[in-house]
Amino acid sequence: MSGFWQSRGIPLAWLLLTRQPMRLAVALAGIAFAGILMFMQLGFRDGLFDASVTVHRRFAADLVLVSPRTMSSIGMAGFPRRRLVQAMADPAVAGITPVHWKLLLWRNPLTRRTRSILTLGFEPGDPLLQDPAMERKAPLLRQQGRVLFDERSRPEFGPVAEWFRQGRTVESEVAGVRVRVAELVNLGPSFGADGNMLTSDETFLRLAPGTPPGSIELGLIRLNPGEDPARVAVRLAQKLPDDVRVFTKTEFEEFEKGYWRSSTAIGFIFTLGAAMGFIVGCVIVYQILYSDVSDHLPEYATLMAMGYRLKTLLGVVAREGLLLAVLGYVPAWLAGQGLYALVRSGTRLPVGMNLERSIVVFAMILVMCMASAGLAMRKLADADPAEIF
Amino acid sequence: MSVTSLVPGSRLRRRVAPPDSSRSAEEPQRGVIVDLRGLSHWYGSGSTQRQVLQDVDLRIHTGEVVLLTGPSGCGKTTLLTLVGALRRLQAGSARVLGLELAGASRGDRQRLRRQIGMIFQGHNLLRCLTAEQNVQMGADLLPGLSYRARRDLSREWLRAVGLGQELDRLPHDLSGGQKQRVAIARALAAGPRLLLADEPTAALDSRTGREVVELLQRLAREQGCGVLMVTHDPRILDLADRLVRMEDGRLSEAAE
Repeated sequence: MSGFWQSRGIPLAWLLLTRQPMRLAVALAGIAFAGILMFMQLGFRDGLFDASVTVHRRFAADLVLVSPRTMSSIGMAGFPRRRLVQAMADPAVAGITPVHWKLLLWRNPLTRRTRSILTLGFEPGDPLLQDPAMERKAPLLRQQGRVLFDERSRPEFGPVAEWFRQGRTVESEVAGVRVRVAELVNLGPSFGADGNMLTSDETFLRLAPGTPPGSIELGLIRLNPGEDPARVAVRLAQKLPDDVRVFTKTEFEEFEKGYWRSSTAIGFIFTLGAAMGFIVGCVIVYQILYSDVSDHLPEYATLMAMGYRLKTLLGVVAREGLLLAVLGYVPAWLAGQGLYALVRSGTRLPVGMNLERSIVVFAMILVMCMASAGLAMRKLADADPAEIF
Repeated sequence: MSVTSLVPGSRLRRRVAPPDSSRSAEEPQRGVIVDLRGLSHWYGSGSTQRQVLQDVDLRIHTGEVVLLTGPSGCGKTTLLTLVGALRRLQAGSARVLGLELAGASRGDRQRLRRQIGMIFQGHNLLRCLTAEQNVQMGADLLPGLSYRARRDLSREWLRAVGLGQELDRLPHDLSGGQKQRVAIARALAAGPRLLLADEPTAALDSRTGREVVELLQRLAREQGCGVLMVTHDPRILDLADRLVRMEDGRLSEAAE
């Protein structure tokens, strides 16, 4: 086996590509475009699934109880609060928080238009979120008609956070009842809810008077340190009647994501969008490589006449594909970063570049380029050295 | 202008010659590099079958320059592609550089082609490579040489064909004669023992054409490399050691 210094030769693939800068530019623009399309579609998809659990993630809970009729955060059904109290009987349980959960109409204090806001009602003395600042903020809710407003809610709810920071008293109407913003919290909008607010259970019942007595939509359960949530969840599910479901916190998040993934067309649409990008990219790369091989067919035939193996020439085409993949991926990745930042500021969705997606898109671009190279190679079979004399 | 002195002929020859002492032992007669016996070839099949070569016998010795002439369509190019191991043999026997081509595998023929230099009607240079890189595509076929050695070899050959100043030019920027010289350098850089040329002067004016063929003949002789050249050009016939004429697929030794 000869070493690298012996196998080193003319970088034919590189020269074939770079000596036609216009064609290379078109090819790279095409690949980058396909890559950007994939980054955006997959980013939206993952962002949506992540965004659907922005609030779920923040709960101070190891296990949660929900109604078996609950399908997702936009349709939380009620269940008897007693079940949560029953769960307290388990020795592993350290604490519970009953939570009311409903989408209510918030009136924009500036434009007077109404919009749906996710409202959580809880006993201000119980922990709700994993947020140390809540210890200071929650007691403010003991006064009736006070709410904690999510500063990351979409601007359609009005300049609430802005006014509040300026020291103004911000009042608005929720479901026809006057409320005042006592503090701001930081949660973030999701696909199900454009904005969030927290309030006491007492205020909540005034805002949603139709709530049946003794009914809650979510029960948070905190376990003693060292307990295994999955095992306790199984135990509780056996003990409690069928009118509640027990989830670990992770299962609760997955349940919500699963709803958006399977019960809506969103996952399919964005995956299809990414697939379109992939196919467009394939067509472009194939076109470029095919015409490259066709244009250079007499030259490839000459090399075969000189004694170069077909394998060597196939390697040249494969390396062209590889170079295109790498060169096209870099601008796609950079543009993806920029566009994600744009999406974040425009939609407040948690869309960002992560390692997994970077690898997935690179793998797709690589497959795209190598598959196209493989198809273009078939043209090489037409290179007959006997025909060039 | 004398470029002979620039050619480190003996040195090159020693360095590029493949270790083929075992192969020469197989050769039936010393110094015979091409030995064709009863070679016939047909194109097409069935009723449209047409015979292009009939019972061709030809021998070429080491260092011999053989010119092949004849009207177009008489089978000259077919003969060249058969000797060059570019086509499968159909009938007869062809021993080229010690390898019997009748029944030779694809891989055998491809390996044999590495020892045969080819010069085409068009220059057939790679458009995306500079003159030096084109020649190195030939030198790269040599086994066991470092990248640097192969590059130096390419430069020496370009100097030998008088293009030492044009190393970094693309074929696009070279004249027809210069391109054909690069093609000669490329063919010789692979250290061939047999050189096949198909009308190398076709695209050149008569003066340049003769210069190129003179160069080719001199360099091939210095390398001890046999030459089989197809040509229509009457002005270069005197450069041949031997003239062979082909008509309707048959060979006849032309009178000196």
